[in-house]
Amino acid sequence: MAWLRKFFAFWYDFVVGDDWRAAVAVVAALAITYGVSRTGAPSWWILPVAVILVLPLTLWRVARRQ
Amino acid sequence: MWPVWEVEVSSGALFLAVFLACSVEAVEALTIVLAAGTARDWRSTGQGVVSAVVVLAVIVAALGPALSVLPLGAMRLVVGGLLLIFGLQWLRKAVLRASGLKALHDETEIFATELAAAKAAPGQGRGAVRDWYAFTLSFKGVFLEGLEVAFIALTFGSNQHNVALAAVAGLTAVAVVTIAGFAIRAPLARVPENTLKFVVGVMLTAFGVYWGSEGAGAVWPGSDAALLALVPLIALFALGLVAVLRRMTAGRSTATAQVGTEGF
Repeated sequence: MAWLRKFFAFWYDFVVGDDWRAAVAVVAALAITYGVSRTGAPSWWILPVAVILVLPLTLWRVARRQ
Repeated sequence: MWPVWEVEVSSGALFLAVFLACSVEAVEALTIVLAAGTARDWRSTGQGVVSAVVVLAVIVAALGPALSVLPLGAMRLVVGGLLLIFGLQWLRKAVLRASGLKALHDETEIFATELAAAKAAPGQGRGAVRDWYAFTLSFKGVFLEGLEVAFIALTFGSNQHNVALAAVAGLTAVAVVTIAGFAIRAPLARVPENTLKFVVGVMLTAFGVYWGSEGAGAVWPGSDAALLALVPLIALFALGLVAVLRRMTAGRSTATAQVGTEGF
């Protein structure tokens, strides 16, 4: 059981990293892109906007802690 | 069918991204291997390296065909999303290092720390391995650094339908770093690792944004040419964040110094 926990902890750390909020934001932005693209409206701008919002926020959390 | 220049841009970017990412990770793995070999036992260290390479090859051989089975749209959605999450991690750390909020990666210091720890650890053999500590140290070093490289090479290669070029880029980087490292028999401290990590973070983020959007159904204006705008724009944005964070930390240092002076 401990081995399994370590295994998942390793992959979580490898893929998600230090800030899970960034990963959740990326998944949400992809879902919004999919939804908007289904309507036929341009949706290419959604992920760049997500990066513009997410990167400063995740950096701000570290800066504030220090 | 893609115009020739688009294919060349994509292939060039693919080679560059994988080569740079592999170079950085290979430099880090080399430092650990050199420490294990120098302080402990070269034979056990070599066994650790070979074992890690075999495990990595098995993972790549299993995941590569699995990715190629997915339809292009689904693959770009999954891989683009993962690449973007991964890229944001790299970029976040690179910005923090550049702005002074995280210690810079220093191979000389890491080598000294690993060397001291390896010298202090007790010696113990297991089966065909003469020194278990040297084996596990080199195995972990090569496997963990290599896994990131394998992930980047696989995602870039499968998305561009050119895993062979990604493999050539990766193997070239590993060969260059290994030859250089064993020629000077010291960690490659003069490689501008922090800058390279910044560049790789920018490229992973840009490609993640591009492929993730395409996979989710978005159509980029200018098709592949959008990458030529995405890469510099993300780089400029990240550099802007570095400047803002540097100003913030400098402001805090000044305020702390003033409080300290007033206290006296």
